[in-house]
Amino acid sequence: MRIVPRITAPANAGVVVALGFLSLLLLAAVAAPWLAPHDPLAQPDIVGARLAPPGAAHPFGTDAFSRDVLSRVLYGARISLAVGVLATALSVTLGTAYGLVAGYAGGMLDTVLMRILDGFLAIPRVLLVLVLVSASGSLPLPALILVLGLTGWFHVARLVRAEALVARKLDYVTAARALGASGWRIVSRHILPNVLTPAAVAAVLGFANTIVLEAGLSYLGVGVQPPAPSWGNIMLEGTEQLRTAWWVALFPGIVLFATVVSVNTLAERIRSGPTGAILLR
Amino acid sequence: MSARLALARSAQAVVVIFVVASLAFFLIRLAPGDPFTAALNDPGITEEVRTEWRRSYGLDAPLAEQYVRYLGAVVRGDFGWSFSMQRPVAEALRAAVPRTMLLAGTALLLSFAVGIGVALVQVRHPGSMTDRVLNRTTLLAYSVPEFWLALLLLFVFSLKLGVLPAGGAVDAVMHSRMNWMERVVDTIRHLVLPATTLTIVGAAVVARYQRGALLDVLPSDFIRTARAKGVAEPAIVRRHALRNALLPTITLLGLTIPALLAGSVFVEKIFAWPGMGLLAVNAVASRDYAMVTAVVVVAGTAVALGNLVADLLYAAADPRVRDG
Repeated sequence: MRIVPRITAPANAGVVVALGFLSLLLLAAVAAPWLAPHDPLAQPDIVGARLAPPGAAHPFGTDAFSRDVLSRVLYGARISLAVGVLATALSVTLGTAYGLVAGYAGGMLDTVLMRILDGFLAIPRVLLVLVLVSASGSLPLPALILVLGLTGWFHVARLVRAEALVARKLDYVTAARALGASGWRIVSRHILPNVLTPAAVAAVLGFANTIVLEAGLSYLGVGVQPPAPSWGNIMLEGTEQLRTAWWVALFPGIVLFATVVSVNTLAERIRSGPTGAILLR
Repeated sequence: MSARLALARSAQAVVVIFVVASLAFFLIRLAPGDPFTAALNDPGITEEVRTEWRRSYGLDAPLAEQYVRYLGAVVRGDFGWSFSMQRPVAEALRAAVPRTMLLAGTALLLSFAVGIGVALVQVRHPGSMTDRVLNRTTLLAYSVPEFWLALLLLFVFSLKLGVLPAGGAVDAVMHSRMNWMERVVDTIRHLVLPATTLTIVGAAVVARYQRGALLDVLPSDFIRTARAKGVAEPAIVRRHALRNALLPTITLLGLTIPALLAGSVFVEKIFAWPGMGLLAVNAVASRDYAMVTAVVVVAGTAVALGNLVADLLYAAADPRVRDG
């Protein structure tokens, strides 16, 4: 992949902490079956071990079904991260394709595609997802990923189109056209490399948005369905006992918050290196 | 500003609203099921009954016919019948929309006031300790998931300290017996926590944006000239830099409205604030998709109008656009 002037400044403390946290989180998600002290679904003693506060046996306490919250947060990381990565991959692909078509084609097709995009951009994403969910009430996990991917590409498309509009006027694109290169070849070989950088930045920011949205939807009860743990649905269950058992809602929220802060710290760094340089590998 | 520009921008907003209404119609029909296959999954209800229901609600007509009828109804402000609330959707919206406007409007004003204020403090000494601490703070604040922040505030200020109400827009029992002064105070007390949640996130976004815009303007020649003439630094920032740096912030106005509407979906749910967001969430739970469609159309319209206002303000404020 292209490197657009390389960042030479030393990484600051924030970036190191952010990368460290995200690596640990990824590791913890992968190794959840070995790391988790308990089975995330097991309800060992629904009377005696219910809503136990954080302690040696349960560092994050237990929930209303006596399940270990730490284990649920660890397994929840697998679902939240997987949903975020897959949905973002889908939306960046869609957005890049849409933006390339609109930007390269120009003219009437561009106008129509952009007006449709304006409509999508005018609807808050969470409402758009609620529309798609409302006919069935809740979705199985693959459908949820699909819906999140299908509603996350609008900003990517707009960014990519703007870059494609600039790129198609470049001299070597004109040269390629003069040599008789096909539209497909020009777009894939000459225009696409120019739009990868903004698409990648959009992907990082989109990932943060998507995991927050997944958590939010699960919190509303229309995302990941219990008993499968996701950070959002653990918080939903915690809300019912917020007064007496604050730990159930607190800990998954802290992990989600830390994840988003880390991703945004990295995105910030990518966008604002010295002289606005962007590093992508 | 030229009337032609205003007219063109207004036409564009109308097109966006039309596209939003069409998207809402087709998206909901793309999703599997309809209110009668999904919502009433009762084996006791025969297929004949379902067919009869579809006929009585016009859902058996060809898609194109339904679409035309739907557009006509939306133009008249008729959003159909809410299955879950057993009343016209428009009637439920008439009660809910002003409450969401109160909440989101308050948060919008506070976000810009606080955000611009924070940015002004930051650029007084760019790169200083204060600037860096505020930069970290705003990064944290715009990253915080709104529903989790709402839960934290709810837990601390209403469940533990008991200083603010836990939910609702007014005191359900006492409000009707209060005089107008007490009613205003009661409403404000209910508004504090949900509006604060939205403002913390919104102000952080505005502050980061405004700081960037100010830092872009500060190296300009006219600032250097003002400094050379001995203008005091606070006056330079406020009178010379801020005036120019506010222009890009006007654009942010249009971008903030969808974010606030999205945030109010969660915040209204947590604080039981009876606005549009809560209507949408409850409608999804009961698969009432006439209601969901209506909320999408109203929200999309609000966003389109917000963008229009931002465009017109921008054109009015920037002579290059105004006269060009």
